[in-house]
Amino acid sequence: MTTLIIGANSDIAHALIKALAKKLGHNDFILASRNKENLARLAKDVQTRFAATVSTHYLDVTDFSSHQQFVDNLIELPDCIIYAAGYLGEQQTQQSDFSEAMKAINTNYSGAVSLIERLVEKMIAADSVGTVVGISSVAGERGRASNYIYGSTKAGFSSYLSGLRSRLHKHNIHVLTVVPGFVATKMTAQHQLPPLLTASAERVANDIVKAIAKRKNNIFTKPVWRYVMGIIRLIPEPIFKRSNL
Amino acid sequence: MKKYICGWGRHAIIEANVYQPNDMTALRDLLAKKIAFIPRGNGRSYGDSAMASNVASMLNFNCFSAFDPISGQLSCEAGVLLADIISSFISSGWFLPVTPGTKYISVAGAIASDIHGKNHHHVGCFSEFVESFDLLLANGEIITCSKTQHPTIFHATCGGMGLTGIILRANLKLIKLPSTNIRQTVIKARHLDEIIELFAQHDTAPYSVAWIDCCAKGKNFGRSLLMLGEPSLNREYYVTDTVPKKFPVRLLANLLNRHAIKLFNSYYYHRPRSVNTTVDYNTFFYPLDHIAAWNHMYGKNGFIQYQFVIPNDRAKIALKKIISAIVDYGHGSFLAVLKKLGAKNNNLLSFPCEGLTLALDFKMHHSLLAFLKQLDCIVCDHGGRVYLSKDACVDADSFAAMYHRAETLRQLRAETGADRIFHSLQSKRLNL
Repeated sequence: MTTLIIGANSDIAHALIKALAKKLGHNDFILASRNKENLARLAKDVQTRFAATVSTHYLDVTDFSSHQQFVDNLIELPDCIIYAAGYLGEQQTQQSDFSEAMKAINTNYSGAVSLIERLVEKMIAADSVGTVVGISSVAGERGRASNYIYGSTKAGFSSYLSGLRSRLHKHNIHVLTVVPGFVATKMTAQHQLPPLLTASAERVANDIVKAIAKRKNNIFTKPVWRYVMGIIRLIPEPIFKRSNL
Repeated sequence: MKKYICGWGRHAIIEANVYQPNDMTALRDLLAKKIAFIPRGNGRSYGDSAMASNVASMLNFNCFSAFDPISGQLSCEAGVLLADIISSFISSGWFLPVTPGTKYISVAGAIASDIHGKNHHHVGCFSEFVESFDLLLANGEIITCSKTQHPTIFHATCGGMGLTGIILRANLKLIKLPSTNIRQTVIKARHLDEIIELFAQHDTAPYSVAWIDCCAKGKNFGRSLLMLGEPSLNREYYVTDTVPKKFPVRLLANLLNRHAIKLFNSYYYHRPRSVNTTVDYNTFFYPLDHIAAWNHMYGKNGFIQYQFVIPNDRAKIALKKIISAIVDYGHGSFLAVLKKLGAKNNNLLSFPCEGLTLALDFKMHHSLLAFLKQLDCIVCDHGGRVYLSKDACVDADSFAAMYHRAETLRQLRAETGADRIFHSLQSKRLNL
């Protein structure tokens, strides 16, 4: 079982690699990210803990011109593809500086579309029965004044994964959308998150692994977020726009 | 980010700037700020040794680097938990040569406290199995320390409570166990003299620890249960990772009064149990780890764990005095552990010395601090010392009487500039 993780340096990805190796016996990993030094450190960690082979590759998800070569260079076509790259940034900065907004758009949406489409082409051509996992966010469930630029990129990503799921169903390739709420990671280190609603990267990883095993279509983690966002989505717009939600 | 932090005893909670560096760049940036801070692992020391207004959590440094399945040598980063090491290697027969009563501590924490286990009188402290570690000094230099490389800094850092620099990674030696089980023997001791005698009689047992009833009076004074262990050849039970069970511990807080404790102790001593059993390693080594957040059961004011050691020649007298004082004080705990310790090592602030060590929890109480000062006096008068990883209130003078090599650490800290950067609430209290 060859697993490709794009954005492997994220905390969720690190926990996920360990959970996949431990619980599902994944033993061949391709890790892609921009920080090759940290990837090497991760690779050694995985190799020491598990009898797994790990290869590391430099990949900038925002450098679209490099994507085809990246995909062509893969020695093994992965059975499981996980898109874990993400950029949060700061709403205020993104409002006034479009290049900051572009970072979020390219990392969270455009880069994902570019890479996943290319990989999926190969999977279909090879008649592969595999899994695509995309890590989206509750922020994509409804646009909110405090984070709509990040939120809209994730909304786009969730919608993309949903369409992809329908397309790939007949090819026997399963698509899982992971919708995390608050997670305590590097990305959110500067934010005070409410403890009861915040999951650890390990918790998210375990939830993803269970969902992959059960071939679920989408999961919220922690599960309570499904109901939180369900309620938020129901609030009529005239009220929502006046609230501070 | 500002967070509330405390020790495992939860009796003092402060708001601190908690830095969570991910890599060397972040660590160097923190050093460049020239602010005083203390490195912190998993926060399982009971007192304030990992508390300060600025704290650098090393938990993101949690990768393994290499493992040699022939020699058992493991290279890993400072923030790896002992639990992680055990779960990764126990199925291939490897275990920690020295382990404390909880597996949820970091490797750097284990070195900084120079932890000891139920086998100290045979194998010594954790540092005996640390082949080397990399230390980031106050001036930004990284040195590799071992008994032969930078030995002075090695001996200052093992047991040095994080006050010499930041441990980045370590090379440890694991040991082979024939199975994941321990053959346990439980022997009742009717009183203090008997338990001390039993410790001597069963000196050859690889692991030994006693639970002692610190509420019993008269002819039952110091009654105990001696638990001996040896690696079992029985491979019958295989234990997978245990997740600590959530238990409504906070509810117990109000029930923990002296009467409940006396009743519990009586039950625990008398209840029927098999003398010889085979138990899995988790049950033998980590009984409290089964209960998530057990430290909350002492209520919102928390507790102080007091652990001291008295050298052999005066151990019996000192223990009689101290346990009598505890019986009189009346607010003791049911968790009281007596262990035999072996010879001192060369580490400057390492706790163990050849003698007997007693560890107990005291629920926070307005008279507690004064009572513990009383105990400090008895400990000092009998040539003993308090364990810094449990300590929450020893004063500078008592500390100086307990640890004669503290001045050497002070000088080393001055020479390396560590005294300008690495400080905890404990180091300030102890005048280190």
